[in-house]
Amino acid sequence: MPDVRIANVTKRFGKIVAVDNISLHVHDKEYFSLLGPSGCGKTTLLRLIAGLIQPDEGEIYIGDKLVNDVPPEDRDIGFVFQTFALFPHMNAWNNVTYGPRVKGFDMKKAETIGHEVLEMVKLHERFDAFPSELSGGMMQRVAVARALAAGAKLLLLDEPLGQLDAKVRNELRYEIRRMVRDLSLTAIHVTHDQSEAMVISDRIAVMKKGKVLQVGTPNELYMNPKSIFVAHFIGESNFFEGYVSRVSSKEVVIELRGGIKVQAAKNDVKSGERVVLAIRPETFFVERGIKKDKNSVLGMIEKVTFEGTNVRYEVRLENQDLVLIVKPSLTEEWFNMGEKVTVSFPPEKAHVFAYPKVGLKEETSVE
Amino acid sequence: MPNHKITEILDRLSSNLTVKYALYTTAVIIFFALILLPPILGIVIKWDTIQEVFNQPELMARALGAIENSFVIALIVSALDIITGVPMAWLITRGKSKWLSVLDTLSDIPFIVPTAVLGYSLLLFWKEPSGVSSLFGKSLISPGWLLVMLLHFAFSYPVVVRVIVGALLDYKMEYEQASRTLGAPPLTASRTVTFPILRPSLIAAFILAFSRSISETGATIMVAGVFENGPIFIQNMKDLLPTDQISQITYEGSVVFASFVLIAVSCLIFLVIRFLGMRFKLPIRKVWPTVERELSYSKASFSRNGVTLLIFFIIVFVPSLFVALPAFEAVFAGTFPKALSGIGIWGGYWQSLIISYILGAVVTVLNVVIGLPMAIIIARRKFGHLPSATLDVLTNIPLIVPSIALGVSLQFFWVKTFAFIPELLLLIFAHLAITYPYFVRSMSAAVERISVDLEEASRTLGAKPLGVFRTIILPLTKYSILSGAIMVFTRSISETGATLAVLPSSSALRTAPVVLVDWVPRLGKQKVPATPLEIGLGCGFLILFSFIILLVLRVIVRGKGRY
Repeated sequence: MPDVRIANVTKRFGKIVAVDNISLHVHDKEYFSLLGPSGCGKTTLLRLIAGLIQPDEGEIYIGDKLVNDVPPEDRDIGFVFQTFALFPHMNAWNNVTYGPRVKGFDMKKAETIGHEVLEMVKLHERFDAFPSELSGGMMQRVAVARALAAGAKLLLLDEPLGQLDAKVRNELRYEIRRMVRDLSLTAIHVTHDQSEAMVISDRIAVMKKGKVLQVGTPNELYMNPKSIFVAHFIGESNFFEGYVSRVSSKEVVIELRGGIKVQAAKNDVKSGERVVLAIRPETFFVERGIKKDKNSVLGMIEKVTFEGTNVRYEVRLENQDLVLIVKPSLTEEWFNMGEKVTVSFPPEKAHVFAYPKVGLKEETSVE
Repeated sequence: MPNHKITEILDRLSSNLTVKYALYTTAVIIFFALILLPPILGIVIKWDTIQEVFNQPELMARALGAIENSFVIALIVSALDIITGVPMAWLITRGKSKWLSVLDTLSDIPFIVPTAVLGYSLLLFWKEPSGVSSLFGKSLISPGWLLVMLLHFAFSYPVVVRVIVGALLDYKMEYEQASRTLGAPPLTASRTVTFPILRPSLIAAFILAFSRSISETGATIMVAGVFENGPIFIQNMKDLLPTDQISQITYEGSVVFASFVLIAVSCLIFLVIRFLGMRFKLPIRKVWPTVERELSYSKASFSRNGVTLLIFFIIVFVPSLFVALPAFEAVFAGTFPKALSGIGIWGGYWQSLIISYILGAVVTVLNVVIGLPMAIIIARRKFGHLPSATLDVLTNIPLIVPSIALGVSLQFFWVKTFAFIPELLLLIFAHLAITYPYFVRSMSAAVERISVDLEEASRTLGAKPLGVFRTIILPLTKYSILSGAIMVFTRSISETGATLAVLPSSSALRTAPVVLVDWVPRLGKQKVPATPLEIGLGCGFLILFSFIILLVLRVIVRGKGRY
């Protein structure tokens, strides 16, 4: 059964290290996403797994087999390309039956499979259409059907939804997820879209500059980001700069700009250390007027944006820091621009990170 | 007036529709008046003389035999070109060794050897005692059909490799990768996916090789011996004319007959290729997994690359440059100072060399001026879809006309129309007609590759049409213009057949290849007494100077290559 193990894999292109000593284990029947900004090495890693390129160092195992020297056609994989790469000189039927044919299945079996997979992606009536005659969503379905048709148990998807409209994208992501589950496949899905990764994945590896920063379930990554970048890239976060003023056994006290002291979740930082505080926009409480409470800061509503489900507030705090707060639009009361408010947050939802050596701006850059 | 003022005025003029279409229309008219119609009308004018051939069954049989030879050789050679050129292009584009860029450059070298020189070089290599024959103690291959085939292979092979290398570089690798991930070994992937997608380029390469083989004259003369193909037949008739063995009208009739049949059959063959080529199904549904897997890997691909390299070096590369050996020898013998001082036959040689290069430069500049608008008309469908597509096909016609036939009919036409047309102008027209398709072809392909979006973006930012051309099209296509210009220039320098044809034997205006053809002994006769060392040196100079000029051209236009 195909689990995928990547051990200390490095791939360089000239001076650029695209994949930098990565180790990962994707479990059997898992839907695993490689998530990161463009240029982080996620596609390179996927192509290494597929055998389209060879690693400079390290080992790749599919199942129990070391596949470093195995050509792509013998890795028993399905690969869905970002541009679909449907063969333009073959119709949908010949595209999807291509795998079974080149693998030497007998014609009867190839045809049965062709019917099955086209049925599965609901394109049976368009079997004789050429790729140029299909819409983006249909091409994507054919591409998935083709990748599944050869019976591979490991499906590799390279930004499979990147070229589609938002609506189609949303529908297809669930469809792919369902097929992978129904067929008991292992899937590795490359994307730069964190919301896509969040909704379809069992686990996600967040990558940056050729390295894996954190691997975890969507929930873990959201609730417990282990780095400023993950806190920034998964969902949204407010970042405040400050210094550790006191460390106790339960919590740390951080002094923000303007001498404001707040409590945050315990972390291994030392007293006096320069730190960054990360707080999700939806964790704040907002109250009218001036309330002096634990972990509360005064501020004024500077901007209100109605987004449908949520309302976004930009609040200028008394120390001039700007904070983004998101509140459900239907179940909570609204605030108006210019209103004076008190903003507070539970200490355990505030994550403390050492101040990055490269600076906060560079650390959170997705370029 | 300051420079930017002029550009400003020109820019403003260019957005005037009348001016724009006047320019395009002029380009089309020039194409018809100077390039397409004269050779055709030349034949039409003398159409009556064809009766002369029908009246002489012997002559007709001889002409038809020669023409048949032309087609048999062209078909075999272009097929061999594709079979051997595809693995070479594959090796150059897909191989991993850093030496492949050297190989890439080497495969271009036969381009800069003028064909007439190439013919002599092959003769030296295959026939003369100094060449490969010295290994066997006797003349390995004597002039005749086999040597003609080797020659045609040598000059058409680089063309095929170049076209397929270009196609493979432009090809989206993802198709092949998709095929591999679906379980196809490399050979199956290329057979069922890559080459079917590249079929138009394969057909184009075949047609180019084919038409080059049909039309080449200068080099073929040197290696043909008593063998006759279409162009040689025309040349032989022309040689008979001053000896009074045939009448003017028989000569004209033979030329018209041979040219007409060559052109008509070529057109027919191209139509068939275009029609069947696109419909002809490669057996992409059939696969032989085990066999193809075997053939895809190490041993098989190693021996394939070995054979490919062997063919290239032994049949194309070394024979093409073999002429350089006597040239080196000549440098150390007394021939070199004699040549430099311009004594004896060398005076005419230097003069011809200067004429050749001036002619090449003029023709190149004219091509850029009248060819660029045409390329844009074709690529951007300026006159609507159908007219532009028609122009596209029409610009290819001069490619398939045998150069000697083209020269002769041009002469018929211009001399008949303007009794005292200067010979130099006639020569320019002939070379223009021959080189024009190469330039327009490569330029229209280059313009087509530029996304229309870029032009539109430039327009929305306020650029006038000429401004778009100056700031977008020109910078993005300058390498294509350069490579088009190089093709035109080398083609003009090496062109022999048409030059021989448009100029009367008595003319003082002689280009370098024409002079060299006279130096080389043919059928035991030598028009001008020249020693082998002199011939070698003459060829050597031509290659050297052509090489230097191309190098300089490359350096001038060299950019940082960032796009």
